[in-house]
Amino acid sequence: MTSTIGFYSLTFGLVCSFLIIFFSVKNFNNSQFFDNKILSITFLQFFFVTISFFSLILAFVYSDFSNETVFNHSHTTKPLFYKISGTWGNHEGSLLLWLLVLTFFIFVFLLKSQKQKKEYRILTSLIQQVIIIGFFFFLIKTSNPFNYIFPVPAQGLGLNPILQDPALAIHPPILYLGYVGSSIIFSSALAATTLNYVSKDWAKHIKQWVLVSWIFLTLGILLGSIWAYYELGWGGFWFWDPVENVSLMPWLALTTLLHCILVLEKKLLLSSWAIILSIATFTLSMSGTFLVRSGILNSVHTFANDPERGLYILIFLFCLIFLSLFIFFFFFKFEKKKKNLFWLSKETAILINNWFMMYFLSVVLIGTIYPIFLEVFSSEKISIGPPFYNKLIIPFLVPFLLAMAIGPKLKWIKSNFENKKHLILFFIISLLLSILIIRNLDISFLLNTVLVTSAFYLFFITSRDFFVKGFKRLSQNIAHFGFSLLILSILFNNIFSTEVISNLKLGETLENENFKIKFENIKEINEYNYKSIKGKFTVQDLNGSNEIMYPELRIYNQPNIVTSEADIKTNLLTDKFMTMNYIQNQDYFNIRYQVKPFMLWIWLSVLLICFGGLISFIKKYEG
Amino acid sequence: MKVKFLPFFLVILLIFVFFGFYKGLQNSNIYTPEVNLKKNIPSFTAKLLGVKNEISSKEIFKDDVYYLLNIWASWCVPCRDEHKFLMDFSKSEKIEIIGINYKDKIKNARNFLNELGNPYEIIISDLDGTLSIEWGAYGVPESYLIYNQKILKKVVGPISLNNFFEIKDLVK
Repeated sequence: MTSTIGFYSLTFGLVCSFLIIFFSVKNFNNSQFFDNKILSITFLQFFFVTISFFSLILAFVYSDFSNETVFNHSHTTKPLFYKISGTWGNHEGSLLLWLLVLTFFIFVFLLKSQKQKKEYRILTSLIQQVIIIGFFFFLIKTSNPFNYIFPVPAQGLGLNPILQDPALAIHPPILYLGYVGSSIIFSSALAATTLNYVSKDWAKHIKQWVLVSWIFLTLGILLGSIWAYYELGWGGFWFWDPVENVSLMPWLALTTLLHCILVLEKKLLLSSWAIILSIATFTLSMSGTFLVRSGILNSVHTFANDPERGLYILIFLFCLIFLSLFIFFFFFKFEKKKKNLFWLSKETAILINNWFMMYFLSVVLIGTIYPIFLEVFSSEKISIGPPFYNKLIIPFLVPFLLAMAIGPKLKWIKSNFENKKHLILFFIISLLLSILIIRNLDISFLLNTVLVTSAFYLFFITSRDFFVKGFKRLSQNIAHFGFSLLILSILFNNIFSTEVISNLKLGETLENENFKIKFENIKEINEYNYKSIKGKFTVQDLNGSNEIMYPELRIYNQPNIVTSEADIKTNLLTDKFMTMNYIQNQDYFNIRYQVKPFMLWIWLSVLLICFGGLISFIKKYEG
Repeated sequence: MKVKFLPFFLVILLIFVFFGFYKGLQNSNIYTPEVNLKKNIPSFTAKLLGVKNEISSKEIFKDDVYYLLNIWASWCVPCRDEHKFLMDFSKSEKIEIIGINYKDKIKNARNFLNELGNPYEIIISDLDGTLSIEWGAYGVPESYLIYNQKILKKVVGPISLNNFFEIKDLVK
């Protein structure tokens, strides 16, 4: 029953799209005023998709196994919370969520843009409807969430246990709010280009959308990263896995766009940057969907390996790219006279920042898609890991951080070096502090000192601004301060982490210069939907402090999957992290024990960065 | 002129990318973690323990000789247990033992060998553990029996008495 309602309201939603297009085209030439019918139908469309989405949730809650999606991804023994989150924990449901957010955002856009020009609103809505129709067809044609199965199975196949997790239950919706928010930026940028409306007003208007998408994208990535840290059991927070990279790429583009929009709003500069980045952000979000959903990458996110789906998104994606390129090259008015930028000004600093970001973006892009292309052209399989990214990114991080510290200090148009003594003073302090820290360590001295120095430098400069400037430019300051804290935490985390991986038998003790680990005992417990094997380890530090760790293996019954649950002891300064893995046909367990300093600060600093964005959003909203 | 050329170039590039992805879709992407038996050994270049010189895998592994590749570390307790078997193998002329020193300090590694004896012909240093990953190692200790560039047997954990006789049998 719910499936029928869901499917029909989905179809009605599609019909709304065509009605909107019809009225928009009629309204575009004929009247001076915006036809409010368009707004009403947009709301109606949102309403239909919501009904459809809720009927899918209901089907999951009541374990209606006549629905194929529910059958494939749910089970009666699953807790209610995960039944609900299972709705978007699969390919079909997650696309329905995409569509829901798409229709919601365009409705909010039309509602909030009433002061804008009629043509601009209509054109944005039209382009957005093209995207929406694309997703409707994709959903109905290749991934219908409401397919029937007959006869009705008695039991479902269950949700992959590594996805049964609170952080991961909200990770997709938050991330999608970011991705889909970028679709509004895309449509609006194309509309503004066509109408030659790329102006300070436009920048001011679209900035809110950029901020919203940026905040959600950042939060979404953070949640995914936290989940990977405690669930996947590798003890890191970022693995340069292709699936992580596809969320990082739109973030890099969006962050750059945010800075460009600020320049555009103040100085009417960098307009071509802003438009290209608007296009790039959404295209990269879509490519992310393509890469992840088509199964062209093999990862924890691969739900379905259906080439037809992949082909559909691929064609749709390239249609959008060609459409946007066409609009850009035919309608965009390049700035007639090249305005000369003074080398020591805020504009130049942001431009430098842009180029750095584009460099980081291309490194990640190449690292992500190069293996796919290599396999196609030479059938050689490789995977690109951290060493590649470290080598290419870290050296460029140093000038980037320095530019980030000095840039905001500069004035628009032209600055000079007066009253800048503290800049030099702070640099010397940072340098001495880093040398003091790195000196006694067994790592490459020069590179690490330079890195830590530049991170400290940004840290001190932004900290000072809190006292000197108070509430002036608070949002920027918080975000930049958060970023310096993030880099510092990551650096110290890398430098001071210790790790032991070894194979241990029950009763054995592992000893090295830092700690002593004893494998005390092992317990088997039968839980509701899994069997748990819990090891008990005592870890003795050199300074005598004792810690008991309980890493766990879970053998789920529906579906039959073994997961490894890390035991993590978190405190303000360090995380202690232990995982245990079963080795086939041996009485040995593979033990990984890590001491990771400043782990908590990595998460906190990303939250701080988001908070900076939030303040900027609220401030502009009031004014 | 520049503006006219750019769109043209972009279109060509995008078409190329499109076909790359299109072909990529048809490839199977299911990689199963395989047990590396009867597989060719990975080729690599690595530093020798305590020396700056690099050595490539081609120089190490020659045909028609049995090799026992042993991943070990001075901090690893089970490595001490299996050391007597390695010492025994090192006396035999039929098998050569290659060590990979895993995430270890050079000083500690030397002390370990001074104390228990050095069974290795060659010791490769693997400070960051990447080389061991290439071999598909879970942790330390692990050993691989190699003949004609192929892995014949893999032992996870320390070599037991059974493993010891098994390997002796194979090498005969």
